[in-house]
Amino acid sequence: MADPLEPGSVVDGFRVEERIHSGGMGVIYRVTGRDVPFPMIMKVPRLGPGEPGEAVVTFEVEKMVMAALKGPHVPRFVAAGDLARQAYLVMERVEGRSLAEWNGRGPVPVEEVVRVGVALANALHSLHQQETIHLDLKPSNVILREGGEAVLIDFGLAHHGHYPDLLAEEFRHPMGSSPYLSPEQVLGVRNDLRSDVFSLGVVLYELATDRLPFGAPTTQGGLRKRLWRDPVPPRALVPSLPEWLQEVVLRCLEPRAGDRYASAAQVAFDLAHPDQVVPTERSRRRRRQGLGKRFLKWVRAAGYEEAALPRPSAHLSGAPIVLAAVATAHTNEARNEALRLAVRRLVVAGENTRLACVTVIRPSPEMVGAAPEQAATSQRIRHLVLLRHWAEALRLPPEQISFHVLEAGDPADALLEYARANRVDHVVIGAPPRDVTLGGLLGTVATKVALEAPCTVTVVRQQS
Amino acid sequence: MKLALLADVHANLEALTACLAHAGEQGADAYVFLGDLVGYGADPGPVVDLVAGYREQGAVVVRGNHDHAVVSPSETMNPAAERAVEWTRDRLSTAQRAFLEGLPLTERRGDTLFVHASAEAPAQWIYVSDPTRAARSLSAADATYVYSGHVHEPVLYYAGAGGRPMPFHPTPGVPIPVAPHRRWLAIVGSAGQPRDGNTAACYALVDDAVPSLTFFRVPYDWAAAAAKVRAAGLPESLARRLAHGE
Repeated sequence: MADPLEPGSVVDGFRVEERIHSGGMGVIYRVTGRDVPFPMIMKVPRLGPGEPGEAVVTFEVEKMVMAALKGPHVPRFVAAGDLARQAYLVMERVEGRSLAEWNGRGPVPVEEVVRVGVALANALHSLHQQETIHLDLKPSNVILREGGEAVLIDFGLAHHGHYPDLLAEEFRHPMGSSPYLSPEQVLGVRNDLRSDVFSLGVVLYELATDRLPFGAPTTQGGLRKRLWRDPVPPRALVPSLPEWLQEVVLRCLEPRAGDRYASAAQVAFDLAHPDQVVPTERSRRRRRQGLGKRFLKWVRAAGYEEAALPRPSAHLSGAPIVLAAVATAHTNEARNEALRLAVRRLVVAGENTRLACVTVIRPSPEMVGAAPEQAATSQRIRHLVLLRHWAEALRLPPEQISFHVLEAGDPADALLEYARANRVDHVVIGAPPRDVTLGGLLGTVATKVALEAPCTVTVVRQQS
Repeated sequence: MKLALLADVHANLEALTACLAHAGEQGADAYVFLGDLVGYGADPGPVVDLVAGYREQGAVVVRGNHDHAVVSPSETMNPAAERAVEWTRDRLSTAQRAFLEGLPLTERRGDTLFVHASAEAPAQWIYVSDPTRAARSLSAADATYVYSGHVHEPVLYYAGAGGRPMPFHPTPGVPIPVAPHRRWLAIVGSAGQPRDGNTAACYALVDDAVPSLTFFRVPYDWAAAAAKVRAAGLPESLARRLAHGE
């Protein structure tokens, strides 16, 4: 195969330097020029007779999607060349390590699985919030920056809710890497963001066990197995894995999209709060399921039908993470009730919303003599009990609700940091008392949170 | 060039002027009216005059089935439409009727065909309501781009090497790249009588420098348009439709 460009040549102001990678679909070069302040690569697809027909369409898709994406979890888009003249894509060269380097190194320690899993889930969520579903998530398409942030690359198979799906029109066969394809992708469905949640589950499984949950089948029949055959439970392979992690991984790998996490942000949330993961049968599973259950799943799979799906952003709006800031240190039943009423309007039992009940307490003071740790623990438990009691009247199922006691000197900072780290979509917080002067008002917790939060904030005032 | 596409105005002057103002703000410098200037609404005369003015300045105007029915009484339609057609006929001047009578069924500009319904048989007013009908219209049109109305909900069919067009429901205000190595059939949606549950008027804008196609929804004073329909003694269902957008 001849390379499409010669090193040293200049294309639209970009000087082509050395070749970095050459694959079936195209070639990647390092490029310089146009006064761009960061390192760049140029992807050039292999087009023309004898080359795969998919190369044209995946090029068009990647060009369309990359031009629309923003943020730290995708390479910065610089320029694109026209199909009719010279097709190319120029983008940021992301510095970091490919997740593929982890492959075949044996099971990764749990803390590492969690760290990478959270980074990856956050990157996916950022993509989903921008109407995009990656649909080709695998370790070689993930770069981890030095700071730990995950960057997703290669959008040739992606789906963007704002644009016609060019791949769905031209190709009926499932596209992507067989170990990571979701069951619905196997059936040709390309518009469900929970497909990425499934692939995330495969990556987590692979990191934790060094095995692929569904192997690497090469036939359509082999691919379809994942519609009804559940994988070997991770703990059967690596007994030291915690049950909660098996719960998270197997929930991502549910064959029916509706049984998985509703969003990647919810996966990140559970990975970051193991003590809040509600164990089900999944966490206790020791072996694959029996024939009866498999048969039932197979029947379901045979009747799998594509449902009309909302755009990614519309789906996510039905699966938000809501933070209720409950001031457990100040008992005021009227205030608590007002807060509950506001939360009840946002979080309905049985829906995909998650509620995180959070309180902030002062760090326990150094105590003379008595065991300080014991005192700190009992203080935490006291506030946890108050939090749980506050939430009881909401009557939410345990998998929809979690409780968090934060210790911090500045409650507003603690709440803001929590909201940022956990991709919270909506904060509900009590209003400052009415008799606070305007000058004092600016210093209150609610005011600071409302001003600085990365999301919507509802400030609740009880009416008297 | 930025080309504004308006279809199914249906004698709704409020919707038409709102879309034209919006298109002007977007930098539109050419206009196409994809048929059904009249029928249903209470302002057939003013709408025809306004559009005739645009045509004098180079706009393309093609004939719709309602325009046709007003000048050829044989056309059969549903009862409410029929009443509106008769009512419309009496309100138009000889010159306005002659304008409608002189409208072509299709217009071609380079690789683009403008037609009210299906290019397969423009005078049969076939609804392009599924991929099969879209495929037939595209194939008969022998064009890269086919712009139509008749069906009131906006939709974009696209066809590449796969051959069978796929429907895409556009997000208002988002430019969609429409590369010329595929074929595209856009139904721009009704300006004067939206039917997808959204009261806002539909129109679309082509930017041929990219090339891209943007579908827009423009809120307009439907209450005033509905009041005129009632005052004219036209069927109540036609006024209600504007209030509900369906």
